[in-house]
Amino acid sequence: MSYVLPGDVLTPPAPPPKSLKLGPGLLMLHTPGNPVIAHRPGVLHSTPKQQHWIETESRRYIPASQESVIGVIAYRAADAYRVDIGSAHLATLDALSFEGATKRNRPNLKVGNLVYARVSLANRDMDPELECFDATTRKADGFGELKDGFMVECSLGTCRRLLDSKHFLLPSLAQKFPFEVAVGMNGRVWLRAGSVKATVAISRAIGMLDDRQTSDDEVAAFVQLMDV
Amino acid sequence: MPREAEPSINQRDFVFSAVQQGIRVDGRTPLQARQIAICFGNELGWVECSLGKTRVIAQVTATVTRPSPERPFEGILLITTEFSPMASSAYETGRPSEEEVTISRMLEKTIRRSEALDREALCILTGKKVWALRLTLHFLSDEGDLLDCASVAAITALRHFRKPDVEVVGDEVTIFSPEERAPVPLSLHHQPMCVSFAFLGPANVLVVDPTHLEEQLANGTMSISLNAQREICVLQKAGGVALPADEVMRAVNIAVFRVRELSDIVSRALEEDSKTRVIEVR
Repeated sequence: MSYVLPGDVLTPPAPPPKSLKLGPGLLMLHTPGNPVIAHRPGVLHSTPKQQHWIETESRRYIPASQESVIGVIAYRAADAYRVDIGSAHLATLDALSFEGATKRNRPNLKVGNLVYARVSLANRDMDPELECFDATTRKADGFGELKDGFMVECSLGTCRRLLDSKHFLLPSLAQKFPFEVAVGMNGRVWLRAGSVKATVAISRAIGMLDDRQTSDDEVAAFVQLMDV
Repeated sequence: MPREAEPSINQRDFVFSAVQQGIRVDGRTPLQARQIAICFGNELGWVECSLGKTRVIAQVTATVTRPSPERPFEGILLITTEFSPMASSAYETGRPSEEEVTISRMLEKTIRRSEALDREALCILTGKKVWALRLTLHFLSDEGDLLDCASVAAITALRHFRKPDVEVVGDEVTIFSPEERAPVPLSLHHQPMCVSFAFLGPANVLVVDPTHLEEQLANGTMSISLNAQREICVLQKAGGVALPADEVMRAVNIAVFRVRELSDIVSRALEEDSKTRVIEVR
């Protein structure tokens, strides 16, 4: 694990690899030698398969294809919705891109409703597009409107940590009480528990995890002390 | 960013139903305010105040200028509020939104129009030389209730600040550097501070120290600025919610308690800080 700053030139691996995959924060320059430079500050991660990316503690979402996000309906048109996913531009969600939706029978979402969707198109020159079904099976697979519950916002890094199946927070909360949760890659977490108190407790635990001044141990202690 | 996105229906319904049960989203009760923390910089008159995740910096600087001809005995106090996109992406420099104007005007009324500062004490030589104080407020992070945080920061900065000592002999004015003579504190008539409330949900439940989300969802807000002697300086109600008189009185009574608490916190913080500083008196 190493830290990089914008402008840092990465040292290329000794035998030049056949394929090099660069994720967020890395850029290959088209100058002689094709150096790879970092354009974000953060932690450099690499895999043996020559995949490299930088993890940053950012709050600004940049859409990437196939990521699950939570959006708020901002406008509705005849055959599409415009959805705020926290990126620089609103995303388009076709009214027919839901499981089993037909011209006659399709979900009726209002402005302000929450949707859990997958980014189907992310291109830096076009508005992002969303879909609420699995691309291969065309089943909802958890995507669609999120009813009731509450949504909290956190940093993108916190969202990635929550999505990690080995992270302690959600399993330890689940031992206390049942709840439903949807984590978007865009720094939004939707949750629904049996009672208001439980929902508030989860949102506070996520808030503590997001706060850089509280350590993971303190969050774990908070979860243990929870009285819901 | 022209306008901030409205909170979702889910958030609105949840906040309203929770507050009906006496619970707020951050775990507080309706009448509980967030922890306030005050820290001082190296310079006198530099204060950073945080209320939960809301953060404001206040700084006081003094220069000598000529007074205005209409008020030859009075010094000048200029309050500048700096909203930057750093506080929230909804703010834009150079194009103040309605909310920003409201906060700036409220601070102006609280500190300047209530005559918190004794401006005549800033006079050095009548009609020729007076102190011009500049109180700059930088809003670093907006997590709701900027006004309360800013008013505490402003009053603390004014109390913390020391102006250089001056000596007047005839028409000759000597300004002493801090090394020569200990700088003198400003003279304040009283210390007014703001307490803000929001009215949430169909039953207009009163909450103290609203968060950003609560401010966005509120049917109306009310800010009261008053001092620890129970003297109300400004009462401002925005949002057009109809309230019975009892509810306003209840808010005023809560504000009285809150301001006393805040004054104590400010005094204690200033006392702690003065122990760490060496202000020599010769």
